[in-house]
Amino acid sequence: MTTFVAGDSETVEQPRASWPREIYDVLRSMDVTIAAYVPDGGHAELIQRLHDDPAVTAVPLTTEEEGVALVSGAWIGGRRGVLLMQSSGVGNCVNMLSLVKTCRFPLLALVTMRGEWGEFNPWQVPMGSATQQALELMDVKVFRASDPSEVAPTVEAATRMAFLGGTPVAVLLSQKLIGAKVFTK
Amino acid sequence: MTGGDMAAPPALDRRAVVLEIMRGRRDLLVVASLGSPTYDLAAAGDHERNFYLWGAMGGATTFGLGLALAQPEVPVLVLVGDGECLMGLGALATIAVQRPANLSVVVLDNGLYGETGAQRSHTSGGLTDLAQVARACGIAETMRIETEAQVKELAERVGRLGAGPLVAVVRIGGEEKPRCIPSRDGVALKARMRRALGLDSM
Repeated sequence: MTTFVAGDSETVEQPRASWPREIYDVLRSMDVTIAAYVPDGGHAELIQRLHDDPAVTAVPLTTEEEGVALVSGAWIGGRRGVLLMQSSGVGNCVNMLSLVKTCRFPLLALVTMRGEWGEFNPWQVPMGSATQQALELMDVKVFRASDPSEVAPTVEAATRMAFLGGTPVAVLLSQKLIGAKVFTK
Repeated sequence: MTGGDMAAPPALDRRAVVLEIMRGRRDLLVVASLGSPTYDLAAAGDHERNFYLWGAMGGATTFGLGLALAQPEVPVLVLVGDGECLMGLGALATIAVQRPANLSVVVLDNGLYGETGAQRSHTSGGLTDLAQVARACGIAETMRIETEAQVKELAERVGRLGAGPLVAVVRIGGEEKPRCIPSRDGVALKARMRRALGLDSM
């Protein structure tokens, strides 16, 4: 039997990217102060920055659907929240998105993609392939950023649509951006 | 119940419990999960600080957590049934991490899925103990409510801030009550609560 262990980082192939910090800056400039998340390697730096900011309440979730309800509750109480997850978590959110649609809550979700670019793990492929459609089926507007230069403007546009226009929006962050997870023996 | 439970007091009346909790309400914000908790809350009197869920099962407690984090000085109560609580068990761990001092979760536990034909839930016969689950998740303050005196204590507690979040499990009877049906217009309910908090509807 061959044993594989995950590398200590999911972004080991690339030099440290600046887009996670840019997302953080956009969120803070738009007064997003609640960050609910199920961890993902692609979001690791952003999650750390949000935890390090005393003005932000970072909320680790046990499953992504909790976050859909949580950011809706936060918004009814007057705080803007963001939901961070990996593409596999989108499937967990589907029924909870009926809350967003029925009550017309704004939603801002930033989704790191798996299963689409050099993916080692075939179990990531089915949900990764259905992520965009699953969101669109529930009337969530989907944007995608595949190049580092697109990330900040896309997140900013999505944040405006969510909180100024009341539109549920998800930004898919391409696996190309993050790099395939590297498994080493 | 078996003969060994002879000493247990009779199960509480859900409508009387909710009415007692709501009677002295001041600035309390209340979220009720779909089904009977929503009817119970409406039966106690509609209020601009009530938010009724008609779906999103499993999400009531984290919705309440978000509200509690956004309004840390205002007491927030989430009224759920045992089925709703079971569907979102992980939320108890999520709440424990945040430790909101203004959040109370009251579980109206009859061990039944009342809305769908009274099928037995996992808490039936005392098998899954939601107060112990909450405690094991790290919720420091848990209550088991079985008497009217304890209901009064609970009513006093949910109206104020505590040292951390509270989870109270109330043993209620399984009888079905007449439905008291509040608004199903989620947009209107949302706008109403926001206005009550001095916020724009959108």
